[in-house]
Amino acid sequence: MSSENTKSLDLATIRTRLTGARGRDYWRSLEQLAGTPGFQEFLDREFPRLASEWPEEDVVGRRNFMKLAGASLALAGLSACTKQPPETIVPYVRMPEDFVPGKPFYFATAIPGPGGAAGVLAESHMGRPTKIEGNPAHPASLGAASAIMQASVLSLYDPDRSQAITFRGDIRSYAAFLGSVKEALATQKPKQGGGICILTEAIASPTAAAQLQAILKQYPASKWYQFEPCAAHAAKAGAVMAFGEPVDTYYKLDGAKVILSLGADFLASGGASVRYAREFAAGRRVRGEKTEMNRLYAAETMPTNTGAKADHRLPVRASEMEAFTRAVAKALGVNLPGANPDGAGSPHAKWIGAVAKDLDRHKGASAVIAGGEQPGAVHALAHAINHHLGNIGRTVVHIDPIEAQGANTLEALAAELEAGKVELLVVIGANPVYSAPADLNFKEKLLKAALRIHHGLYDDETGELCHWHIPDTHYLENWSDTRAFDGTVSIIQPLIAPLYRSKSIHEFLAAFTELPESSGYEIVRGHWAPGKPDFETWWRKSVHDGVVADTASPAKNVGLKPSWPAPAPASTGIEVVFRPDPTVHDGRFSNLGWLQELPKPLTKITWDNAAMVSPALAEKLQLRNEEVVDLVYRNRTVKAPVWIVPGHAKDSVTVHLGYGRTRAGKVGNGNGFNAYSIRTASAPWFGADLEIVKTGARYPLACTQDHQSMEGRALALAGTIEEYRENPEFVEELAEAPPKGLTLYPDHKYEGYAWGMAIDLTSCTGCNACTVACQAENNIPVVGKDQVLAGREMHWIRIDRYFDGDLDNPSAIHQPVPCMHCENAPCEVVCPVAATSHSSEGLNDMTYNRCVGTKYCSNNCPYKVRRFNFFLYSDFVNPTVAMQKNPDVSVRSRGVMEKCSYCVQRINHARIEAKKEDRAIRDGEAVTACEASCPAQAIVFGNINDPASRVSRLKAEKLNYGMLAELNTKPRTTYLAALRNPNPEIEA
Amino acid sequence: MSGSSTPPIQPPVLDPGQTFGSVTDKISSIVLTKRTPLVWLVGFGIAFSLTMLLLYSIGYLVVKGIGIWGVNVPIGWGFDIVNFVWWIGIGHAGTLISAILLLLRQTWRNSINRFAEAMTLFAVACAGLYPVLHLGRPWLMYWLFPYPNTMGLWPQFRSPLVWDVFAVSTYASVSLLFWFVGLIPDLATLRDRSKKRFSRFTYGILAMGWRGSARHWQVYETCSLLLAGLATPLVVSVHTVVSFDFAVGLIPGWHTTIFPPYFVAGAIYSGFAMVMTLAIPLRKIYGLEGLITMRHLQNMAKVMLATGLIVAYGYMVEAFMAWYSGNPYERYMIWNRMTGPYAMGYWALIFCNVIAPQTLWFSKVRNSVPVLFAMSIIVNIGMWLERFIIVVTSLHRDFLPSSWGMYHPTAWDWSTFLGTIGLFAALLFLFVRFLPMISIFEIRQILPQAEVTEPPK
Repeated sequence: MSSENTKSLDLATIRTRLTGARGRDYWRSLEQLAGTPGFQEFLDREFPRLASEWPEEDVVGRRNFMKLAGASLALAGLSACTKQPPETIVPYVRMPEDFVPGKPFYFATAIPGPGGAAGVLAESHMGRPTKIEGNPAHPASLGAASAIMQASVLSLYDPDRSQAITFRGDIRSYAAFLGSVKEALATQKPKQGGGICILTEAIASPTAAAQLQAILKQYPASKWYQFEPCAAHAAKAGAVMAFGEPVDTYYKLDGAKVILSLGADFLASGGASVRYAREFAAGRRVRGEKTEMNRLYAAETMPTNTGAKADHRLPVRASEMEAFTRAVAKALGVNLPGANPDGAGSPHAKWIGAVAKDLDRHKGASAVIAGGEQPGAVHALAHAINHHLGNIGRTVVHIDPIEAQGANTLEALAAELEAGKVELLVVIGANPVYSAPADLNFKEKLLKAALRIHHGLYDDETGELCHWHIPDTHYLENWSDTRAFDGTVSIIQPLIAPLYRSKSIHEFLAAFTELPESSGYEIVRGHWAPGKPDFETWWRKSVHDGVVADTASPAKNVGLKPSWPAPAPASTGIEVVFRPDPTVHDGRFSNLGWLQELPKPLTKITWDNAAMVSPALAEKLQLRNEEVVDLVYRNRTVKAPVWIVPGHAKDSVTVHLGYGRTRAGKVGNGNGFNAYSIRTASAPWFGADLEIVKTGARYPLACTQDHQSMEGRALALAGTIEEYRENPEFVEELAEAPPKGLTLYPDHKYEGYAWGMAIDLTSCTGCNACTVACQAENNIPVVGKDQVLAGREMHWIRIDRYFDGDLDNPSAIHQPVPCMHCENAPCEVVCPVAATSHSSEGLNDMTYNRCVGTKYCSNNCPYKVRRFNFFLYSDFVNPTVAMQKNPDVSVRSRGVMEKCSYCVQRINHARIEAKKEDRAIRDGEAVTACEASCPAQAIVFGNINDPASRVSRLKAEKLNYGMLAELNTKPRTTYLAALRNPNPEIEA
Repeated sequence: MSGSSTPPIQPPVLDPGQTFGSVTDKISSIVLTKRTPLVWLVGFGIAFSLTMLLLYSIGYLVVKGIGIWGVNVPIGWGFDIVNFVWWIGIGHAGTLISAILLLLRQTWRNSINRFAEAMTLFAVACAGLYPVLHLGRPWLMYWLFPYPNTMGLWPQFRSPLVWDVFAVSTYASVSLLFWFVGLIPDLATLRDRSKKRFSRFTYGILAMGWRGSARHWQVYETCSLLLAGLATPLVVSVHTVVSFDFAVGLIPGWHTTIFPPYFVAGAIYSGFAMVMTLAIPLRKIYGLEGLITMRHLQNMAKVMLATGLIVAYGYMVEAFMAWYSGNPYERYMIWNRMTGPYAMGYWALIFCNVIAPQTLWFSKVRNSVPVLFAMSIIVNIGMWLERFIIVVTSLHRDFLPSSWGMYHPTAWDWSTFLGTIGLFAALLFLFVRFLPMISIFEIRQILPQAEVTEPPK
């Protein structure tokens, strides 16, 4: 058995090939489009790997060439006589338990991230983690996985990750680094570490926090700073404002009948969004006799998934959110000191009154959620309202902060640097050179530190300016621990040995202690071992389960403070609003092609950020889409393309952070503009007096869905719960299907299984998790901005977004569209070579090898779900990228059509298991990647021949309809119409 | 009318005064002359360069993939299929002239059938390139043919693309045969009149031993009638099958029963326009006004007018049915054609194919060579636009607005298109230089000299 051999060989190859040298062809397809010289060069060399062995300095002359050519001809005949070098294939001496080549393992681990970690099960093929699935036992996952969680596996294999320890750009050994640290610490020791400053991201790892505390204790004068550009600092401030102490707050939405979101995109962002989406959907689903629905109100500036899902959405300027919240509180009768304007004069008076009444009717069964980007006062007010409504303990839970506390701010560090007091600066994970507020001038100040050490996954903007750069390990490569939104601890276990010479945060921090060469495994175990009588059992169980039992933080009882700060004055003029990007967040995921090419949930833009404006503002300033403007704010200017977003608050411009990076890697560099460059420390989330100056230039934005309206067609159907109660058949009346027996041709017969899918539009939040899950599962390539602009994105399941109604505040609906697997598939009849055909189980199968690429099938597909490899999009060269590929799915080459296969490989896995046990495949055993990842459980797949299957039951619902069923395509994928639960008081 | 001084409404088929000798001299001298006209050299040079551009474009396409074109999802077909249909359509006039008009004993066709047939062949050659090139993996095009193979797979016979393969390849072979058979007597003439060994030898081989015996003529006439009979249904069937590529699809704008007749009429329309585009300069440059007379041009103008009206009817029915069906997708489709992003193309098409040709009702227009030439160019452009509108505007906005897109042809689309025009022109230049562009013996047949009058008994 050669698997052990293969495994080590893989790693060795990758190490030797990639250490120090950045892989040059990972994103080859992108360069291909641009027609860069680099790609041209690749084309010239038919065998790039061999070509690189050609001595470059020695120009091969004609004579030499002839000699070589002649010799190779002569030797070609001899090669048959050559003895091949011996290669030993060694079988496992001891076969790992349960190991079957070709069968994946799943290991529990957790993805640390801002707002709390997510527990996952990582799928491992022959030692290669290939895909992330949710961990049902973990509170932040419940078995589902968000788009960002899914994409995290790609960063493991990112060839642009830093691969070697460097000092001033030269590769060094870890020992050299330890020596340098030892020297620096020796000079600091007498000063009690007075010159040591440690800058970290938010630390949710108990072990790392303890290590840090130990260092701070050892060097009492040293200081710890924390910087997280998009963390919910204001939420902490709000908690302090309301309770006098920082607390974290999370929600139990399964008990909430009425939810008010104050700029919170709780369904799609943050550490608990997956759980919230699940609970929210559960409270909303209408099935059979159950016609109760929760109700969601959303007041927000920039439209989000949560706003799109809301029964009532109100565009509110960021600067008016506080006044709005105060008005709601006032209407509810919350006892607040100080002058509080009521909502009477507000244009939203009717809305406010109705929301307040609705909340009042649902005391203890409601929740008011303030977004992390809202000012502290809004958080404090939300706390006060929740307390007033008696929601605490029922739907709202306060706990001690899950992240380590006690760090100083970046501003303090900047002051310290300015004063020249920093002798040893250790930057762990954070990237302040890129993301620090512009007014700190952090880049210049950083250079004042005498010795700068950077630890991170990438040698990024900050790493570039530091003396030492120590590569961080990926979470799939290291031992660590982390905490979820509710405090639950997970042990992070590695699935693969580090690909590069990297050190985990624990090993890195150990460098500053007496035991500088401790392994991460020892450190993490050492942290948890004390006080546990049967530690080994505890450890094994915790690692196996992915959660440490009983570590969720207990609910904390906090009382409201009696005094409140005065209301902030409302601003006029155009405001600028900063938000983390929906896909690349604060910029940390910039180099992940899956996320860059993932259409933003509401705008459907890929690869870029933009200055998002409302249609009204665009009209007032005569702005057009893709027009480049100068955003002038507090004497700083950034150039940004305009994008008009229906439903955006008026006189407000939203810019997303996380773009305009210069050292993210080949994928992330140069996309979009850097909104951090106008963001200031005093107003991190919004500020008044933005000036918009036209430049006359144009910058193309790659949007995957240009047309926003459904054109009155019955595609993504929606109705209200009242309509449904009155006439449950209303969907059937909207979507007419031709009567059975209309066609002369006989129906297909299915003896065994008949696979089908139902997608519940009421549950779907449009969060994109399915799209990325599909991309990871099915080896779908990233094509690059140019190709998206040309209309050639490859996603097998896309999420269509339609707006409906008032341009200033439309309702939005998301509709995931995979292949419909039509019974009468229009693609099948037109393929001249039978490359797409009907399976005996009703799948519309695609045979890549048979496809000649006429594209007729795509033309004839009314759903346009087919995707074509116009160029060689898949990467067949880069060894690390190859490691991520799912071995059960073909990697498609140039010139063939591809599309959703209903994850036929997963069906076959289930079939094999069932056959081994001589039984039928059970319902829920064959699960598509999109279904598995869906946080809201909106996608259900199964056997429609079995009337008891979940999918059959859903298809029997009155809300079920087939999109474009009037064409008699008989789609196997059907939808359940979206239901909304509007408040009649606002509707009237 | 007789005896009046007004000129005859119908000009003669041939100018008076032509004899067997003068006709033969005139036509064969174009081929047998030693001096190649400068116009020919320049024209062929340009056409040859464009052919090289075509080869370069094809080479690049094979190396890089069809992503170099503007096609995408949803517009999977662009210039490739537009040009395919356009070229195939152009070919139709040749077959119509040589086969159907032969069967109908329209002797005026004898002056133009030879180069019209050549035009057919070359147009089909250009057309035939596109279905191969438009494949994602063109090297596998042979999978569309039913041949016994180890995979045990046949083509999928329900697909109109497979029907296309049969229709176009049959058409190409029959046209080639018909053309070649028709050439044999003239090749023999060239063999006999040629002074040089090499050309005597070559024409001799090609003439296949033609001696002009009565038996030869009898066999020839039978054969040519049979081939005409074979080719006649092809005039109708080829473009019908091509129209099935669209009509069988369910995309609004494609899925319509009027397509077969409408496509056939359109094909003849564009074909006659192309014959006119070629005939007018040829007769001028080679001084063939006596053989290709105003009669021919007028007749062709009349055919254009008639087929143009059928095509116009097609456009009207398309729009009417879209409205009358009440189908929102169909209605949107026609509305989008008229007012959407490609509206300019639609209205240009209406101008070129419907409005401009109405001038052909007037005999003054039919008598003016420059105007006819301009008209033929306009119709050629119009018919190209028609295919663009059918292919692109139907696809670019179909059922789901979420998937709507735009098609922007790239430089490679244009270079391939220009390249096929170059190939077509280059083949034509070679044809007029090395083969008699007008059928010598068929002209001789219609000379007054050929009239055999029975001696009075």
